[in-house]
Amino acid sequence: MSRALRYSTPAIALHWLIALLIFVAFPLGVYMHELPLSPDKLKLYSYHKWIGITVLVLAAIRVSWRMTHTPPPLPAGMVAWQRHASSAVHGLLYLLMVAIPVSGWLMSSAKGFQTVWFGVLPLPDLVEKSRELGDLLAGVHKALNFTLLGLVILHVGAALQHHFIERQPFLQRMGWGKKERA
Amino acid sequence: MTRHLTLFALLAALAAPAAHAVEYRTVLPKQSTIHFEFRQMGVPVKGGFKRFTTQMAFDPARPEAARARIEIDLASIDAGSPEADDESAGKLWFDRGAYPKAIFVSSQIRAVGNNRYEMHGTLTLKGRSRDMVVPVAYVPGKNAATFDGGFVLKRLDFGIGEGMWADVATVANEVKVKFRIAATGS
Ligand code: HEM
Repeated sequence: MSRALRYSTPAIALHWLIALLIFVAFPLGVYMHELPLSPDKLKLYSYHKWIGITVLVLAAIRVSWRMTHTPPPLPAGMVAWQRHASSAVHGLLYLLMVAIPVSGWLMSSAKGFQTVWFGVLPLPDLVEKSRELGDLLAGVHKALNFTLLGLVILHVGAALQHHFIERQPFLQRMGWGKKERA
Repeated sequence: MTRHLTLFALLAALAAPAAHAVEYRTVLPKQSTIHFEFRQMGVPVKGGFKRFTTQMAFDPARPEAARARIEIDLASIDAGSPEADDESAGKLWFDRGAYPKAIFVSSQIRAVGNNRYEMHGTLTLKGRSRDMVVPVAYVPGKNAATFDGGFVLKRLDFGIGEGMWADVATVANEVKVKFRIAATGS
């Protein structure tokens, strides 16, 4: 009996695709926000929204995949608190992958700028235009994003720590290096 | 005798509106609106003007004698967001310091049937004047009549959004304008 210590290929593909898109959307969000109004600013806002909605769609697929597939077991060397911390962080990351784009979508509606995915698919405005709500949701979007930043640092730090310091073949789980079989 | 006089006065009062039709002259600002809509990155954005004055005279029996003059205070703009309101005041947009108002003056009003009219006139914005034809629907009402109209304005005809903003792929050239003027007879 051999058991793959690796997530399934769709799970790995989704993990890296979403990571890449977030790594683009996050700095873009911070940068565009500071710009004075210009056509370029309007373009960047649209691109940010399109990337963000793409993350939402991929995250929905990813969460349903995760709920219907068992991930590979954690290495035996991991102690209880590490296991708990790991599942808590993963749970929050999934939550934020959905909550951040949704907060962005609602904020855009409240600010009176509908989201039209890639300029083609109009998303319904789920809330009425309102200055107060728009500002509130912008604050929520920002706070969720900086929570995400903190969690991603933890997440990456933990993975690297397991791999390089505890010398467990950890990064293979998400497809780095050769497929390991136990 | 007095009885007959009262009856006569009553009949005369009833007959009056039919004898000479109302001329609408008094505009009700609170019930009058000017809205617009344009596309930004393909997404519709709504806006409007809160302050404008309308002088008009319109007698449905004599539309050829009708006239209208609308002056819009550009500082009362809602361009979709506070940031856009500020931006719109600048030189590239309305250049509001030099041109604080948009002015429309009718030249001729033609009945086209069914309470519909074609209002010919000149719109002056940012120092540029353009002739235009605006379709208007007259809706008689109990207390006030309304005049609903709309047209599509090309912002670049008036130099609205110059320089970097002239790129119509980001902010479309077409701006849909809709207005409703409510007025009572004098
Ligand atoms: C993975 C998804 C997303 C990430 C990582 C992300 C990240 C960010 C970040 C870091 C900011 C800057 C916050 C600040 O410093 O104030 C931001 C701003 C913004 N985001 Fe997102 N975002 C995402 C999805 C979305 C979506 C789906 C929308 C809309 C449909 C959206 C709309 C906006 C808007 C309009 C701003 C500017 C807020 C303002 O001007 O105050 N975002 N985003």
